[in-house]
Amino acid sequence: MTRGDGRRTERVRRPARGASWLVGHGRRGPAPVLVLAAGLVVALVVTPVVFIVLDLVAQPPGTVWDAFWRPRTLSLALSTAGLVVTTTSACLLVGIPTALLIARTDLVWRSGWQVVAALPLAIPSYVAGFAWVSLTPLRGFWGSVVVLTLVSTPYVTLPVAAALRRADVGTEDVARTLGAGPLRTFWASTLPQIAPAAGAGALLVALYTLADFGVVAIMRYPAFTWAVQTAFAGTFNRALALVLSAVLVAMALTVILAERAVRRRVAPPERVRTDSTSGSSTLGAVRQTLATAVLATVACAGVGLPVVTMLVRAAQSVSRHETELDRLLHAAGTTVALGLAGAVLATALALPIGVLSARHRTRPVAALETATYVGHGLPGIVLGLSMVYLTLAYVPSIYQTFLALVIAYGILFVPKAAGSIRTAVAQVPLSLEDTARTLGRSPGGAWLAVTGRLAWPGVATGGLLVALTIMKELPATLMLRPTGTDTLATRLWQLTDIAAYGPAAPYALTLVAVATVPALLLSRDWSRPV
Amino acid sequence: MRAARRTTTVVTLALAASFGLAGCSSGTEPAEAGSEAPAADDGPLVVYSGRSEDLVAPLFEMFEQETGIETEVRYASSAEQAQLLLTEGENSPGHVFLSQEAGALGLVSEAGHLVALPEETLGQVPEAYTSDDGTWVGVTGRARVVIYDSERVEEADAPETAEQIVDPQWAGKVAVAPGNASFLSFVTAMRLTEGEEATAQWLEALAANDVQTYDGNDDILEAVNSGEVELGLVNHYYWYAAAAEQGEDAMRAGLKFGAPGDVAGLVNATGVGILTAGEGRADAQELVDYLLSDPAQEFFAEEEFEYPLVADVTGPEGVPPLDSLSGPAVDLSDLGTVDETAAMLDDAGITVG
Repeated sequence: MTRGDGRRTERVRRPARGASWLVGHGRRGPAPVLVLAAGLVVALVVTPVVFIVLDLVAQPPGTVWDAFWRPRTLSLALSTAGLVVTTTSACLLVGIPTALLIARTDLVWRSGWQVVAALPLAIPSYVAGFAWVSLTPLRGFWGSVVVLTLVSTPYVTLPVAAALRRADVGTEDVARTLGAGPLRTFWASTLPQIAPAAGAGALLVALYTLADFGVVAIMRYPAFTWAVQTAFAGTFNRALALVLSAVLVAMALTVILAERAVRRRVAPPERVRTDSTSGSSTLGAVRQTLATAVLATVACAGVGLPVVTMLVRAAQSVSRHETELDRLLHAAGTTVALGLAGAVLATALALPIGVLSARHRTRPVAALETATYVGHGLPGIVLGLSMVYLTLAYVPSIYQTFLALVIAYGILFVPKAAGSIRTAVAQVPLSLEDTARTLGRSPGGAWLAVTGRLAWPGVATGGLLVALTIMKELPATLMLRPTGTDTLATRLWQLTDIAAYGPAAPYALTLVAVATVPALLLSRDWSRPV
Repeated sequence: MRAARRTTTVVTLALAASFGLAGCSSGTEPAEAGSEAPAADDGPLVVYSGRSEDLVAPLFEMFEQETGIETEVRYASSAEQAQLLLTEGENSPGHVFLSQEAGALGLVSEAGHLVALPEETLGQVPEAYTSDDGTWVGVTGRARVVIYDSERVEEADAPETAEQIVDPQWAGKVAVAPGNASFLSFVTAMRLTEGEEATAQWLEALAANDVQTYDGNDDILEAVNSGEVELGLVNHYYWYAAAAEQGEDAMRAGLKFGAPGDVAGLVNATGVGILTAGEGRADAQELVDYLLSDPAQEFFAEEEFEYPLVADVTGPEGVPPLDSLSGPAVDLSDLGTVDETAAMLDDAGITVG
């Protein structure tokens, strides 16, 4: 099952030794405990999908068939696919050059731009969407593409910039010495090295685009999630909502398998770059100005516009709402606490899968990893309802408690954490662990001392990403939160729902401010050399 | 890494402990449920509200102060509450469902989650605004209206009948929310009064006129207010709420009520019902009665510009009186067939679902 001849022969040569059942070893097959843990996590994570299937089976069979075969389902699938492909391509087209500018040029204020490039992560997509709709005539397909691209480009920019810093520039130097132009060098040498990072980022963008409801509804673009929401909540057509959700799961699977195919074709870099001065290109004055102007425009569109819109709305309001400072602070506290708790749980759940998929590229492991992503393409209302059903059926006493909400976050965001863990662990050369073991460490000790310690920043990055996502999450929070508590996002939703944009603005701004902290940390963590 | 492992252990233990506790408590529950003590009002009264918090929270505070009954209110949209109640089924912790709209109540009632209300409660409200099977009672009325961009459309020219709304002169200029329960109720009412065929034709005319679809009434109001579209179909109090928020002078959107007798002037009801978990709870019945009392009815009229449904309570200021609207004769209990309406919208190519 292990790929590559060298590995297989080594596996035969080395006898098993010590407590390999605990952490296992890359060249000896996965540890049983790890596999068991990963299996349990996957079982937990796929429960929402099981709920959909069971609920679908319970519907009258005719309605399910009709819902699936109507022409509208096909046209929705096509418009959603178009949106996902265009948005993901746009994120790559904006994100990769931005990463190159930040990581590989003498651009002025580089570290500042690195931070700015992460900031859109702090802007909830529905806030950005609202801003664009109130200020521009942009709507529909292109409106959705623009807003989704602006808010999700950091998913590409940050990991690609980090990969560029770590990448081996030796091959690029060789290519240049052999007379290849900058473009050919990029194509032949740089691109393969950043492809896994770009692919992982693109996967997050694609899944986000599939599942996001706010932007397409605000932009009035008929995408799947809007249809699911309408079918569930507007027309009460549960069978239709379930069928559409099932199709969404299938589309998410397609996206995941596509990313997997790309990743398999490009092996991650084995060598770690040592010479930190080479590989940087010099921009002339003209290109310096041009690059700065482009980066500034993107930043204004993605971050400046939403923030300014909210400030203007707050100033315009003549509403009788008093400032609810206490409530605002309380909601902010709840948001942060939930973000952290959910991030800790999601990271803990993701560890076995992340470690397994980094070290054992076998089919069963790949299948486990893929399974964790499946629920990620689902709209929040579906996940919320499935969690309602499951908690009530199995652990009714935690229903509508913070614990249930945190568990839901854990389930929802395992893949976000697992991706970072996998990348981080994969980048620790196995030879280092071997050395530690030659020096007398047990397999477990060697893993902790070497891989664990070196991969830790990557693990933290995954956790931060989860915390950030939880803070902005709306539909599942709305459905599962304890009665009488708000987060910044739920309160924001309530106020905009009654057109109280003035009082809503402080919530939007606080949410952006709170989310900026993990976004800033992410801009550093992702680039920290492993 | 050691720190990370410790955190993992703590979380795992916490989860394990809570699952264990959950197991214990769920083990004792069937005994309680089996005893079925009707008068024991355990814990606070739990209300699922489809009306938004900023509108009705003061009302619940008034109720708590007056009766001393501790009330816990859960807020979401009516349709989401209905889906939540259907998913929770028998295990719902909710005792009372206050809905923005008759259709959501009909759906929950049809699934058997609402219990019958006493005759004296139902009798307080005109028959047209209560359910036929006595499981819910109307609390306030809300009229369908047309809003128009006052900078581009004269009030006299703004349509006031369903027929005028689909006039070719408004091609590409009319906004509707096909997934919104109020719009679906409006089309359902048209099916009931004008018949399936006429409704299908109207929907086709609407689609042929390149109707603009939005997610909700508030989005439509925002669009008309910003000049994005010229006409929109919403409920009357959205306009009044926005005018209170932004100042009446700042409202670019004007408001036009439907012509007497035309379906464009449909008056739908917000309503309340007692859920199965609230069966036999005196406090649940007290809340329902309170919502029909003068202070609550006046609150709805004064704070939200809605129509009181209990006789002799004065209507909202600045809003035409309810009896002047004289919408179509529709039994709101029949508005529950939204799925058939949704299918017709779908056939006409209007809905996004």
